[in-house]
Amino acid sequence: MTDLNGKDGFDRRKFLTGAAVAGVTPALTQTTPAQAQAAAPRHTPSALPPTTKTIAAETQPPGEETSRIGGKPGSDYMIDVIKTLDIKYAPSNCASSFRALHESMINYGENKSPEYISCMHEESGVGIAHGYFKASGKPLLTMVHGTVGLQHATMAIYNAYCDRVPLIVIGGNDLDAASRPPGVPTFHAAQDINAIVRDYTKWDDTPVTLQHFGQSMVRAYKIAMTPPYGPVAISLDAGLQQEPIHEHGAKLYIPRYVPTSPPQGDSNAVREAAKLLVAAENPVIVADRCARTPNGVKLLIELAELLQCSVVDQGNRMNFPNTHYLYRPAGVVSGADVVMGLELSDFWGTVNSFTDNGENGGVGFNSPRVKPTTKMISITSVDLLTKSNYQDFQRFQTVDVHMAADAETTLPSLIDAVKSAITKERASVIAERVEKAKKAYADIRARDMQAAVVGWDSSPISTARLCMEIYGQIKDLDWSLVSSAGDVSNWPARLWPIEKHHQWLGKSGGYGVGYGAPASVGAALANKELGRFSVSIQSDGDLMFAPGVLWTAAKHKIPLLSVMHNNRAWHQEVMHVQRLSNFRNRKANYGDDMGPIGTMIQNPDIEYHKLAESMGWWAKGPIKDPAQLGPAIKEAVAVVKSGQPALLNVWTQPR
Amino acid sequence: MRNMKMITAVAATLLLSGGAAYAASAEKGKVAFGKNGCWQCHGWEGQGGNAGPKLARTQLPLEAVMTFVRATNGPMPPFSKKVLSDEDLTDIYAFISAQPAPPDPKTIPLLAR
Ligand code: HEC
Ligand SMILES: Cc1ncc(C[n+]2csc(CCOP(=O)(O)OP(=O)(O)O)c2C)c(N)n1
Ligand SMILES: [Mg+2]
Repeated sequence: MTDLNGKDGFDRRKFLTGAAVAGVTPALTQTTPAQAQAAAPRHTPSALPPTTKTIAAETQPPGEETSRIGGKPGSDYMIDVIKTLDIKYAPSNCASSFRALHESMINYGENKSPEYISCMHEESGVGIAHGYFKASGKPLLTMVHGTVGLQHATMAIYNAYCDRVPLIVIGGNDLDAASRPPGVPTFHAAQDINAIVRDYTKWDDTPVTLQHFGQSMVRAYKIAMTPPYGPVAISLDAGLQQEPIHEHGAKLYIPRYVPTSPPQGDSNAVREAAKLLVAAENPVIVADRCARTPNGVKLLIELAELLQCSVVDQGNRMNFPNTHYLYRPAGVVSGADVVMGLELSDFWGTVNSFTDNGENGGVGFNSPRVKPTTKMISITSVDLLTKSNYQDFQRFQTVDVHMAADAETTLPSLIDAVKSAITKERASVIAERVEKAKKAYADIRARDMQAAVVGWDSSPISTARLCMEIYGQIKDLDWSLVSSAGDVSNWPARLWPIEKHHQWLGKSGGYGVGYGAPASVGAALANKELGRFSVSIQSDGDLMFAPGVLWTAAKHKIPLLSVMHNNRAWHQEVMHVQRLSNFRNRKANYGDDMGPIGTMIQNPDIEYHKLAESMGWWAKGPIKDPAQLGPAIKEAVAVVKSGQPALLNVWTQPR
Repeated sequence: MRNMKMITAVAATLLLSGGAAYAASAEKGKVAFGKNGCWQCHGWEGQGGNAGPKLARTQLPLEAVMTFVRATNGPMPPFSKKVLSDEDLTDIYAFISAQPAPPDPKTIPLLAR
């Protein structure tokens, strides 16, 4: 089957090259044994007769219109396959191991679906795909140099894995050790490039024929897009990309993509959960990645109102409007008699607290947040995707009703089951909760307002002021907070009315810092098509892992307002080192800085506005006076509305 | 685990050694608040946030603050006399107590919903 695996064409190409060289320089036909070895394998005749087209290609002198490859390149077929999946962009950093696919994408595929997005770092390519999916619900693919590029991409892939975000990573790899170019390309080849990401991808493959690629690509897309979503990887042989398609065997076809329906909770478990929720005096729903789509938000509101129960939104997606009187902060679980977790990444941490106080031999102090009698229900599809090595599954928590199912998909049947379980008597008990709930909501809101004004006029600017100055300038737009890197004391969730699914896209997933900048660019790319205004709160530490993504935003005219939370530190770590110094009864060494050595980003201060400007952004800063912030944001908003990215370097309080 | 509430209850009976003789300075306290890292979790004005509660205009007596800062084994790491002197802590107390009253949220248009 030489025609199907392409080896025939590969050999022929070498033979022809050899013959052509021999034709012009006869002296070279006298080969030394070493040269003979270098030129091997020599052409061996195919068992199948060549087609007329192939004969013509091989026997006639090369005209201007003839491709040296001798047929349609394999990578063109790959593009045909990719196009059927409607993948809009391919944010990538270029590399020879996928040069053939790259060439086919921009020439044969006319740089449309996917359109190539130029990236400075593979981590940025994956981060862009991550953010893009959360704003649009559509996965992207990213191409990487299979070894070194994939090594760069790994943290971002881990974030996507932990955040249950689908994306397709295609790693170029030159597998054929006997024929791949020596030197650098061989350093950049490996037996199994996907090994380094196998622990945090849902699936990976190494197609060895074009038809195999066709199946793998559609399978990869299908697996990535079946809840629990996740990243997938394809190792793409450079030879396979470069060889021509041979159609004198079975004809290549493109498998049709049909989405897989997500797993739904077992009906007995759903009924049992409904019974517990209806009988409870104080049920609490906690949601983390429950709302995969805007419909998930609607369903959760319906369920919460049926039960008139508190809802905690842990915020890895926008699950529940914070303007709803049933919206509550995390502490509300302490009074619960039933806690239902929907797609939680950490059930244990939801119902227990951990105090990092150096006790218990340094490991800290654990205590339950809930009563021992509290019943627990869990619905999460991630139970179907538990791997061994990386510990994203968190501590073990015993749960009374446990469904390995997608929460959003299960909600309609749970709502029905709750409706049928509510008796007249329970209905009146539930109705009585409303007034109390509304008052509790108003009290929390008043407390948040009181907290926001402390330090309102301080310089550096308080995080509450930062957030409200931003909100003041975007509130009349169809805004989307595409990322909030670093920690601004949760002010957007506490003070901005967040009611739409796209207004809050959640965090990184795996807490790999460096997500915020690329994810906000990716989400802004999606929002651009959707006519939304993208804003990000951009911390300093996060930006500096791969600031080249700013150039990508300018290059591709991606409108994004990036307002910096520049606290001049990796502040999380400032506190960690201080904490350890105190536990050990040592004065923390600040060197010449304001915090522990190795944790501050100062002396010199980074001029982020200049950094952004140098890469084509409109930028301003450093802004330290809160009175100047509102007008500067207003200016920046106008720039972003005109289609450009804009950055404000704002000096902020630590948290 | 001892928390702030328990400590406040016993603190009233404790006295700062030589505290009565020390004239506290809010100005020096501002510097000590920075040099000893209180700003990290409580903010430069003691306004509080995700990492630590508001300290500005604390209603706690000095003795309670002293006891707490030295002995807490809750979420805040303790500061012993070795790393933070009584004098510095007394100045810090003067600094956080001297913070101006915040504005009424109702007077801030940005906070109106
Ligand atoms: C690593 C973070 C961190 C640092 C540094 C820190 N604190 Fe705290 N502080 C906290 C936390 C968290 C609490 C809440 C403790 C609790 O609830 O038990 C707290 C509580 C307090 C309280 C009690 C407030 C109240 O009203 O209940 C005082 C007083 C206090 N801190 C003073 C200080 C001083 C003074 C410094 C500097 C010498 C300091 N803190 C440094 C985190 C910190
Ligand atoms: C890749 C990576 N390196 C290091 C860390 C450890 N880390 C956690 S938070 C943090 C600081 C991040 O700084 P910044 O984005 O400025 O946020 P801030 O804490 O200052 O609000 C670091 C370095 C991490 N989580 N991920
Ligand atoms: Mg920072």
